[in-house]
Amino acid sequence: MKEVLKVEDMSVTFELHQSEVHAVRDMNFSLAEGETLAVVGESGSGKSQAFLAIMGLLAKNGRAGGRAMMGDINLIGMPAGQLDKHRGKDIAMIFQDPMTSLNPTLKVRTQLAEVLVKHRDFDKQKATAAAIEMLERVGIPEPVKRANAYPHELSGGMRQRVMIAMALLCQPKILIADEPTTALDVTVQAQMLDLFKTLTEDFGTSLVLITHDLGVVAGVADRMMVMYGGRAVEKGTVDDLFYDPRHPYTLGLLHSTPHIAHRAARLDPIQGLPPSLEHLPKGCSFNPRCAFAFDRCLVERPPLTETGNGREKACFYEGPMAYGKVA
Amino acid sequence: MDQTPINLLEIKDLKKTFSLTGGLFSRRLTLTALENINFNIRQGETLGIVGESGCGKSTLGRCILQLLAPDEGQVLWLGQDLTRLPAEEMRQRRADLQIIFQDPLASLNPRMTVGEIIADPLRTLRPELNKDERRARVLKTMEAVGLLPEMINRYPHEFSGGQAQRIGIARALITEPKLIVCDEPVSALDVSIQAQILNLLAELKDEFGLTLIFISHNLSVVRHVSDRILVLYLGRIVELATGDEIYEQPRHPYTRALLTAVPIPDPKLARQRNIDALKGEIPSPINPPSGCTFRTRCRFAKPFCAETRPPLETIEDGRLVACHRWREIEVPEEAVLGE
Repeated sequence: MKEVLKVEDMSVTFELHQSEVHAVRDMNFSLAEGETLAVVGESGSGKSQAFLAIMGLLAKNGRAGGRAMMGDINLIGMPAGQLDKHRGKDIAMIFQDPMTSLNPTLKVRTQLAEVLVKHRDFDKQKATAAAIEMLERVGIPEPVKRANAYPHELSGGMRQRVMIAMALLCQPKILIADEPTTALDVTVQAQMLDLFKTLTEDFGTSLVLITHDLGVVAGVADRMMVMYGGRAVEKGTVDDLFYDPRHPYTLGLLHSTPHIAHRAARLDPIQGLPPSLEHLPKGCSFNPRCAFAFDRCLVERPPLTETGNGREKACFYEGPMAYGKVA
Repeated sequence: MDQTPINLLEIKDLKKTFSLTGGLFSRRLTLTALENINFNIRQGETLGIVGESGCGKSTLGRCILQLLAPDEGQVLWLGQDLTRLPAEEMRQRRADLQIIFQDPLASLNPRMTVGEIIADPLRTLRPELNKDERRARVLKTMEAVGLLPEMINRYPHEFSGGQAQRIGIARALITEPKLIVCDEPVSALDVSIQAQILNLLAELKDEFGLTLIFISHNLSVVRHVSDRILVLYLGRIVELATGDEIYEQPRHPYTRALLTAVPIPDPKLARQRNIDALKGEIPSPINPPSGCTFRTRCRFAKPFCAETRPPLETIEDGRLVACHRWREIEVPEEAVLGE
């Protein structure tokens, strides 16, 4: 499979008043054409910052290191002017709250057409026609009417579709979706996830789905990367990680998620709280919450290591993780 | 057979409207938030209320607690109509009926310490307690919800979302209520913390013999915690049944659609599934469709569905459903997978 993005040794650091916070460290992954990669983690795991860095959208005090190679172009550290040639055209990103990404003072068609005028030298009329066609493709009923609306006149689901339409106008190779369905109702979420499947299948778009919801991951992703405390802790296919998790954190997340099909009397959550990035525990960042931690985990940080079949995990524990052990 | 459970609450013909004023010259509009709401809550059960944004689930919780005054109908608490209770008596009654909110930090006063926040309901509802007795009760409640005694003098901003929700739960518990309305109590929390709070609520329910009303948009969470589930659509009850019944034999087409749309954390099941995609979006509650309000999105709708509103019928075992066609529609073998 053709590789469209290769991230190597990427890091993200934020300067605070007197200290530095490492939001992302040692990140390595690749993304294949037409593939959906889910990036899973809780607040502060670094999952969003990693991709904001790739898009050149870090806050002013943020700094990215390493490489994010799209072919032979490195997106990390690229000046904004040059990055603008690729953003929107080759790689696009959508966010949880479409209202903050859409301009409230411009009609939908104006915002959409602008993308094509800028990146693909369409004239305005042709761009508007293409925009309306795209609105229809992402399942917006009465696309001509909606194109003439302002963002506030649309419902949340409709706005998210407009965002997706905008992101797809230039047919980017890579679409990064950061919690794209979190603010939506379940029935609208289901429509949206279905749309994502169509996109990857019909357009060959590679999708990065950043989410905390394992239910969403199971429905659409091919592979997944679980993040904790700024680092990837487990990577593999969705089936491998759901049915045979090897990292105690992945296991804990799975057992924390209520499942409509099997109702358990009690969930078996991970104890304790996610760590603060400013004060990561010594050794493995997960050790204070891990039911399987032993001496070595307290002093040494487990590196992300291949365990066969394209799987990787960052954990020293090799024994069985029988369920119910996560006490 | 079990004894017939006591109905702690009986909700009869409840209706709530809001009037909206547009601009200076626009006409007044009426939004019907809840209509024809009839159901009972049994002592010791957890009743889940699910529905999408704007379906009236939070309004219903607030009408039950008399935080909002219903326009019509009765809220009978052990036979006594709360909607007609004089203000002072209602205030006394509030010790029995408490609430937990979604956004834990926003619902805590930032200028009060944890101890003050948790003790606050006691000052009005248990004025006979002295300072030492209040403190003792605060500490006991903090322990019950998993907060450490040394946290008593800290302020809300020093806590994470999950810890703040524990403070909110302690504040609700301190008056020794019989019923707690939990309004999206875990929606703002991370997955691992969400599970901790759900377990805590289940433990507290057993320990203190609580009755819970659990409002959420998340059907997986609701099924996990609830004995029975009430499904709302545009301010009306479409179905009420046990969690198992809702999961195995959903009768209302809307419940079926919700069930196939809930994300399942199981890749193989997720791939097998045919999502019963609803057409369009929820209509405006200001101008709801005629007849059955769900008909505009329902794939089983017939022309007559537009004419009369389906009554809320009692079907086997006290299940309620409001659909003209529920008898004719076959439920697929595995409703969660769709057909």
